[in-house]
Amino acid sequence: MTPRRSLLSPRRAQTVARVVLWTLTLTALAILGFILAFVLGHGLPRVGLAFLLEAPVDGGRAGGVATIVVGTLEVTALGLVTATPLGLGTAVYLVEYTREGRFTRLIRFGADCLAGVPSIIFGLFGFVLFVLTLGFGWSILAGGLTLAFMMLPTIIRTSEEALRAVPAGYRDVALSLGASKWQSIRKVVLPAALPGVVTGLVLSLGRAIGETAAVIFTAGSSLPRRIPRTVFEGTRTLSVHFYQLAREGISADNAYATAAVLVLAISLINVTAYAAMNRFIRRFA
Amino acid sequence: MTIVRDSEKLVERVLGLLALSGVGILAAITFFIFREGLPLIASAGLSNFLSTDWHPVAGRYGIALMIVGSVAVTAGALALGVPLGLACAVVLAEMAPARARRVLKPAVELLAGIPSVVYGFMGIVVVVPWIRRHLGGPGASGLAAAAILGVMILPTIVAVSLDALQAVPRSFREGSLALGATEWQTIRRVVLPGARSGIVAAVILAMGRAVGETMAVVMVAGNAVQLPRSPLDPVRTLTANLALEMGYASGDHRAALFATGIVLFLIIVALNALAGLARRRREGRAS
Repeated sequence: MTPRRSLLSPRRAQTVARVVLWTLTLTALAILGFILAFVLGHGLPRVGLAFLLEAPVDGGRAGGVATIVVGTLEVTALGLVTATPLGLGTAVYLVEYTREGRFTRLIRFGADCLAGVPSIIFGLFGFVLFVLTLGFGWSILAGGLTLAFMMLPTIIRTSEEALRAVPAGYRDVALSLGASKWQSIRKVVLPAALPGVVTGLVLSLGRAIGETAAVIFTAGSSLPRRIPRTVFEGTRTLSVHFYQLAREGISADNAYATAAVLVLAISLINVTAYAAMNRFIRRFA
Repeated sequence: MTIVRDSEKLVERVLGLLALSGVGILAAITFFIFREGLPLIASAGLSNFLSTDWHPVAGRYGIALMIVGSVAVTAGALALGVPLGLACAVVLAEMAPARARRVLKPAVELLAGIPSVVYGFMGIVVVVPWIRRHLGGPGASGLAAAAILGVMILPTIVAVSLDALQAVPRSFREGSLALGATEWQTIRRVVLPGARSGIVAAVILAMGRAVGETMAVVMVAGNAVQLPRSPLDPVRTLTANLALEMGYASGDHRAALFATGIVLFLIIVALNALAGLARRRREGRAS
């Protein structure tokens, strides 16, 4: 292959490429910085204790987000509680019980496809299955189960990585001491992998809190008049509330404040999760 | 002893069943979306369904303009997001010192965590007014949606192409540098070609993200059902169509929305299959 003659000498091209690539990278970072600074800068001054502890008044024009925060926690907690056994079970099966083959390819195909399905499709599905067919109505139950399905791929992937990071020696020792396979998994492998597994759960929780399209058609969008007491009551989650405030132009003040709460909560969750993940990786490295 | 062995078998069975949950859910999604939407496509006819005439009140359900909207917005998002994301990945993999990498990578991951409604909101308060003031038109437009989506797909492009770049063996770079090539020549002639299929997978996955994104697009795209004549015109995407009308639709109208969902679902599955194919090619070549 003969190198094409270019207008620039190789050294010039090197300098130009460096400048262009770094400029683009810093542009991307500047966008991130701008979004965080804009949302938190406008929103945080409007967030006080009262905003977090008061129920919304007059469709969100006044008051705070207390009942909505509780509703959000209920929906996402239900999602997490449902998705964890499914995801962790899948990961344990993939790592401990099978060799790579047709069956694992099928399982991975399912998880990969699920990870790519847009949230609005999950919303349609949850609406037909839970709200209509099973008759749950717009409810915490329907919203939580729909979110569980969305969280599943993340939990499978991170749990699988965590289990694979546990050195083979752990299993060998447990088995050589007479433990059965399941005993060695339950007593040795899972405890060792726990920090990594928890990181995955926390990450998927962060994603679930920010989800809108899937919950708006399943948990509903009406404001909870009180703190929901059963899973059959509907609720509006924080992201759905923010969507309504921003799109309907109900209250700019409360929209900024809600955005700040949302972004701050999710960023804290993610940063904690990544820090925990790094500690976990270093332990076995 | 047999009790232990029996319970071991039971555990394995149960875990095997749990492992099928992903595929099961995928099958259930397919079943329900098709069950709700397919009858309408059958009764309205494919040519009707793919026409440009969307008038639910009059019982006309053509989604061609929404397909055009989705394609246009996605193409715009890729035009913005791919160069930015690829540059980030190359800098992270090849140029940045280790310390900068430790800051840059989590920062990009943080970008992935920001909820789509927040991106949409940024669109409403920053991008849309800016376009209206400086470029003209209503502001809420295909361009606004493409700009927001371009940023939203960055984390996907960076993460997947970074993986691909890092999978190129060190010895390739060393060989090229030893022959006297500059860093940029090495990147352009050796590293990027070596990572090509992974980068292709990254772009396809990002395409899937952009096509499927809903809330951010609804908030900034203007959502008029019309053929956009310029990037400054409002457009309606497939996803926006679902989000906007699902709340009040019933009967045939609702079935038509589910049929829209079928189209969206098929596009996404096709894109994922393509991305998987590109990735497998890379693995095949590496081994």
